[in-house]
Amino acid sequence: MAVAGRVALVIALLTALTGIAASVYGARSGRRELVEVGRRCVYGLAAILTVAFLILEVAFISNDFAYNTVAHNSSSTTPLFYRAAAMWGSQEGSLLLWVWLLSLWSSLAVFLTRNRLREIVPYAVAVLLGFATFFTSMLVFFVSPFATSSPAPANGVGLDPLLRNPSMMIHPPMLYSGYTFFTIPFAFAVGALITRRVDAEWVAVARRFALASWLFLGIGILLGAHWAYYEIGWGGYWGWDAVENAALMPWLLSTAFLHSIMIQEKRGMLKVWNASLVLGASTLAIVGTFLVRSGVLSSIHAFGASTLGVPFVILIGVMIAGSIYLVVSRRDVLRSEHRLDSLFSREAAFMLNNMLLVGLTFVIFWGTFFPLISGALTGTESEVGAPWFDRYTVPLALLLVLLAGIGPIIPWRRATTRNLRRNFTLPLCASALMALASFTIVPISSSVATVVLFCAAAFVVASIGQEFWRGYAARRAMSSDSPPLALVGMVRRNRRRYGGYIVHIGIAVLLIGVAASSTFTHTTFLSLARGQSTTVGGFRMTNVRPTAAIVTDPTSTGALLTLGVIMRVTNDGHYVTTLHPTAEYYPDPSGAEGAVGSLIGGDAVSELSVDSSLRRDISAAIDAADIQSALQGEINQANALVARDRTSARNRTELAYVLLAAIARGYLRHPPAAPLKLASTPLLTWLWLGALIIFAGGLIAIWPPPGAVAGRARARYLARVAQELGRA
Amino acid sequence: MRARATSRASHKSSVALRYHGVALLFGILAAALLLAFLAWFVGAPLRRPAADAGQSSERRALEAARDAKYQEIRDNELDFRTGKLSEDDFRALDRQLRAEAVEILHALDALG
Repeated sequence: MAVAGRVALVIALLTALTGIAASVYGARSGRRELVEVGRRCVYGLAAILTVAFLILEVAFISNDFAYNTVAHNSSSTTPLFYRAAAMWGSQEGSLLLWVWLLSLWSSLAVFLTRNRLREIVPYAVAVLLGFATFFTSMLVFFVSPFATSSPAPANGVGLDPLLRNPSMMIHPPMLYSGYTFFTIPFAFAVGALITRRVDAEWVAVARRFALASWLFLGIGILLGAHWAYYEIGWGGYWGWDAVENAALMPWLLSTAFLHSIMIQEKRGMLKVWNASLVLGASTLAIVGTFLVRSGVLSSIHAFGASTLGVPFVILIGVMIAGSIYLVVSRRDVLRSEHRLDSLFSREAAFMLNNMLLVGLTFVIFWGTFFPLISGALTGTESEVGAPWFDRYTVPLALLLVLLAGIGPIIPWRRATTRNLRRNFTLPLCASALMALASFTIVPISSSVATVVLFCAAAFVVASIGQEFWRGYAARRAMSSDSPPLALVGMVRRNRRRYGGYIVHIGIAVLLIGVAASSTFTHTTFLSLARGQSTTVGGFRMTNVRPTAAIVTDPTSTGALLTLGVIMRVTNDGHYVTTLHPTAEYYPDPSGAEGAVGSLIGGDAVSELSVDSSLRRDISAAIDAADIQSALQGEINQANALVARDRTSARNRTELAYVLLAAIARGYLRHPPAAPLKLASTPLLTWLWLGALIIFAGGLIAIWPPPGAVAGRARARYLARVAQELGRA
Repeated sequence: MRARATSRASHKSSVALRYHGVALLFGILAAALLLAFLAWFVGAPLRRPAADAGQSSERRALEAARDAKYQEIRDNELDFRTGKLSEDDFRALDRQLRAEAVEILHALDALG
């Protein structure tokens, strides 16, 4: 089947090239049938890449180790759930996922615009197929997922244990969906600029696709943070890692675009800015993909050094140069139709929001690429750490939160003093109350930035709450709906507005979680012997007893040995929870650590144990490497015993497992002091809750309005506009 | 004994070769079928050129502009009802937006 996979990729490449030629020639010659051929090439590409994707997926699930990528990223002991996701643990597998998702989303975009944007679509199709050509070429000429070895190895190396987390099943597809979705607004922006049709129809389509990419990329980023919290960094969810930053940058720019496109929609302003933002966000999405794959910056998420760097640099160069040329050469059609009426208007608030978001993106870009910049200038690569990022991003984030509250309550064009008084009184009072509470009731005066953020968040919640209440009251006055129906009806009729408001609430909630968990967390690193206790953030934590499991690991990740401790947590003598942090050990396929040592000599992973509630997270993690070091003497003895056995290989393997079981029993009888990280983190759940609120709001905003309702509204407005016409 | 083992091994390798040959043939056949289906699907518009039944770009653009203007009128109304606009400002802006909507309707009518 590997041959079929390779052939499918070649056919995919030919299909993409055919589609580009047909679309461009069809658009320039005015031959609609050729444009239709180009469009069908997108659907055809999706079908062929689905075949290629399925072939590789079947190889992973059926343990076909003749495929090099299966042998290097899976094994017969890897659980089925993780075998299915192991494809995107490799460079070539994840590239195939990337281009497959690109073809699916491109097909969706082409289908949704089948009767719209007739001049723009052929060029958009050519650009989308251009991206597909680039990524398929990578798979055909540089890193084939269908490369095979003969004879096939008996077993594979196994999936990296760090990737054995349920989040990894959906985090990469979501993240790649975000990245690939960004190519769609880019393609339609290029098409609109080429054909000089930067009109309302384009704005409507670009906004919707940008919102979809924003939504997918945001979910991908948050799932990555969730994975990091449980799997790496002992409970940290964000490390300002190069690849994390690379995903955040296009998300921030698309957030800016989603706001500024409203100004173009309503006032015909900022057209150059919007075109630049959408092109810039998509280019940054490809930069993110480049960072993951080229190995130019070190990151826990990257695939390491590869030969893909140069082609990516060329692609990014073409995107930047082409974008600049298009924006500059089309500046006549991008001229603003109006000027800013007042600095006290929603347009001005959105412009400030855009400047802050672009400033934030620039800071992150500078910090991310600083190793390369410093290397080029001084010959020595130096990195900036989390404190550097915090110093510059925190003030910008604080202002952004405040704007998230101001934007919804300030009118378009011009705000009057009376209006400002009417709309700002309640939110300002809420902020003042929060400040008072922060400095008196809650002892958090030590962190000014956190107090300011809490006040800004209170401002946001109060302003949006006020908006909901007034909208609801207006709806109730106009209709006889029951209260819940009036609320639902209000949101349904104004999905963009209220979806956006909900997103703002989510941002405030999420940042409260970030600020509180960063500022007020209590963390202790120490070793606790059985029966010993310590106090962390007011919670008494006791090492009750050790635990051990061989082969049948409790979290079903395929670990051969799992060691841990049971921790009892109390508060003022009252039972709170029981934690079970574990260390998972995986085999070393090289066998270099001796017969017994190799059974557990591969990767060692700490699994965080958390008790979460709205008020706080109590967590415990055990240092896997330290435990292994403590057991090293017994492992060496066991290795020597197996080495003395001269009977048969099978007997030696059985003996190794028996001795490993003996070591585990020894650990249970005489456990070493457990090296632990214990933490009490307030309001961390608010981060995940905020994320859920954001995505719920995003979904409401992106959902198309019901046709019947829109039709009725349109008919009513048509009548009213006709009435005005009669009077004029 | 050794001869039997050798013959068993050669039999095994010839079965494997035959299996690989069949798999290869199957792969080539599947690829050819896929290619043929793709060529048929993608080339369909060339066999029967689609009737140009779509609306003109100008009309689509104007309809989008009209929808955006209607949305703006509704937003303006909601802004008034939620207290962001005074009655005078609302009336002035509403009149202006409706006039712009009328211009768009004129342009749409002019297209026929």
